[in-house]
Amino acid sequence: MANHEIIIAGFGGQGLLFSGKVLAYAGLLENRELSWLPSYGPEMRGGTANCNVILSDTPVGSPIVQHPNVLMVMNLPSLDKYEADVVPGGAIFVDSTLIARKVERTDVEAYYVPATQMANEMGFPGLANMILLGAVIKVTGCISEEGLPAALKKVIPARKADLFDANMAALKAGADCIK
Amino acid sequence: MVVFEKPKALTDAVLHYCPGCTHGIVHRLVAEAIDELGIEGRTIGIAPVGCSVMAYDYFACDMIEASHGRAPAVATGVKRALPDNIVFAYQGDGDLASIGLCETVSTAARGENVTIIFINNAIYGMTGGQMAPTSLIGQVTQTSPYGRDPKTQGYPINICELLATLDAPYYLERVTVNSVPHVRQAKKAIKKAFQNQVEGKGYSLIEVVSACPTNWGMTPQKALEWIETDMLPRYPLGVYRDKDAEGKEN
Amino acid sequence: MSEKVLMKGNEAIAEAAILAGCRHYFGYPITPQTEVAAYMSKKMPKIGGTFLQAESEIAAINMVYGVASTGKRAMTSSSSPGISLKTEGISYLAGADLPALIVNVQRGGPGLGGIQPSQSDYFLATRGPGHGDFHVLVFAPSSVQEMADLTSKAFELAEKYRMPAMLLADGTMGQMMEPVVLPEPVETVAEKPWAVTGTKGEREHNIINSLYLKPAELEQTNLDRFARYKLIEENEPMWEEFMMEDAEVCVVSTGITARVSRNAIVEARKQGIKVGMIRPITLWPFPKKPLVEAADKVKSFIAVELNMGQMKEDIELAIRCKKDVALCSRVGGMIPSPDEVLEAIKTTAGKEA
Repeated sequence: MANHEIIIAGFGGQGLLFSGKVLAYAGLLENRELSWLPSYGPEMRGGTANCNVILSDTPVGSPIVQHPNVLMVMNLPSLDKYEADVVPGGAIFVDSTLIARKVERTDVEAYYVPATQMANEMGFPGLANMILLGAVIKVTGCISEEGLPAALKKVIPARKADLFDANMAALKAGADCIK
Repeated sequence: MVVFEKPKALTDAVLHYCPGCTHGIVHRLVAEAIDELGIEGRTIGIAPVGCSVMAYDYFACDMIEASHGRAPAVATGVKRALPDNIVFAYQGDGDLASIGLCETVSTAARGENVTIIFINNAIYGMTGGQMAPTSLIGQVTQTSPYGRDPKTQGYPINICELLATLDAPYYLERVTVNSVPHVRQAKKAIKKAFQNQVEGKGYSLIEVVSACPTNWGMTPQKALEWIETDMLPRYPLGVYRDKDAEGKEN
Repeated sequence: MSEKVLMKGNEAIAEAAILAGCRHYFGYPITPQTEVAAYMSKKMPKIGGTFLQAESEIAAINMVYGVASTGKRAMTSSSSPGISLKTEGISYLAGADLPALIVNVQRGGPGLGGIQPSQSDYFLATRGPGHGDFHVLVFAPSSVQEMADLTSKAFELAEKYRMPAMLLADGTMGQMMEPVVLPEPVETVAEKPWAVTGTKGEREHNIINSLYLKPAELEQTNLDRFARYKLIEENEPMWEEFMMEDAEVCVVSTGITARVSRNAIVEARKQGIKVGMIRPITLWPFPKKPLVEAADKVKSFIAVELNMGQMKEDIELAIRCKKDVALCSRVGGMIPSPDEVLEAIKTTAGKEA
């Protein structure tokens, strides 16, 4: 399995760190080497937020992702900031409801998912992150889809356990966008 | 027949205090209270920086020397670690009311089940007679050579009155030791402050208005009179909080 | 307990401390270590322990002093500006020969500085954080696993040598999550005949103290303490070597920068540069031995750190300036990228060629 160096970025409150944790826990359950590193501080309270996730078959060196091969973005500043850093041949996943422009790079694969619009239509306005993540997992195979339910159960806090089905549905909806 | 003996809770060490200093009396009262309550074997005392910093040599119970002002925090740590032990801090005015005021107020506000003995002699004794937070208006000290001027040096802090604004303290009383009746009342208050802790009632502080003849520049006799004529008008004796009397158990 | 779990570094410290038998935590909120306090505030009440949010950093370290006086395991955690405040208490702990754990998840400074990762408290930690002549044990974790393991180790050695220990992490280590296998719980902590627990009328009173007004007595306490420090310097340095067998350039780095350097070294090796790394795990005692040995073999050293070259001085001292020590550093919360470290390695290797 290839190594995945992933940046997930957008506004604070979009559930980006949560998305990263789903990948991290799935990686843990698959017994892979991994790291999860959030941005932290005042910027987390409503400003930009990002997390770096590395899933690897060998011990992780730096947990800081300098050149991602997977970029998942949920606002324009994040696409502007990280697009150039993606390695050639990497994949960029864009919430096309929130980001009007297209990916300019031609040496990467770009995927556009209207995640926020879909989430609103499905009645889960907070789960656009999981829709986009569903697409990421489907395309990159960074973690196996079979491990997702167990990973989600680890990440969803007990008091929100009733949101499990909605999260699974969102992941599936995202995956289904990818033909 | 023995009519007068040294309390067991004091060691045989010779006190280093100046002639006429009232630390010796208060040490004895604390030791008598410990003896009478039979708690010496489980008592831990804390002596922070000040004239009484070497109290660890004088009290026979386990003792801790603490940094300046921090005795209430250290007492909190000890009491949390050993809730069945009896913990007291013995602090001066610079320690308790100046550098350690934050710890004093916070420990009282938490209602820690500890006993604080507060020696208020309106001066820094150990360092040689500088102005204290409790120095009187007009009081001449090494660092207020023209007398304490409220315009530049502020007003004295009345600790019992200040702590009485908090909800948690169980027992606050101001006493003095300048006469036999006052010593008797001080003994009663100090013993009650330990008794409260034994019964798990909470925070007790006894402020003892004390004499420092050396740094006040007075004879011991005159210093005791000065307590009466000058200190007590600013620091009235009495009970500032007693939840027993208010009929309020914690 | 051998199951792998995913934890933030700060949480791993807290859980490892509980497993090490620590039941008394005192702290004050400050980024980026607040997760330690949050974790303790949840856990301690459930296991009969103490979590107390102190009125100040100064109060917190003195509460630790109180618990440590009773012979029980106690800790506090903070970040750089808060550690400055704690130094008075750390000096008293050292002077009274009390064990305790102080966690410093460093952020950029001086002053209020920033909140992003830093290693700029290296001097503060390794030179004796407070007034007087003393040391604390200093551990520099480089993974979440080490955040847990070194917490246990710190408690163990602090008690063994009766001195405070500091876990000196950088903000990245505190915030990142990695799989971790938690240490086995410590069931019993050794009796401390010196502790204040009440005489029970059965022994002379114990005194916890750092005041000695007679100079000869105070001198003797210092000499005794430094005799112990000598033993520690002989027996307790910890380090890890990476690709050092045939190395001609030796990177020295800790914490997050050691992780970044590792990437750079792997890349440099691909390009044919013989480079390796010595990663100090204890910063005091500083692992001089492997550095002295390396000084006979390598052509030069590079210190990679998040400060203006504080550890670089220890490397130069250790090798008695036998070889050049270059510096690759970022400060203020910036972290060098693997590419920047690679450039430094190339430059250094090129100079020697």
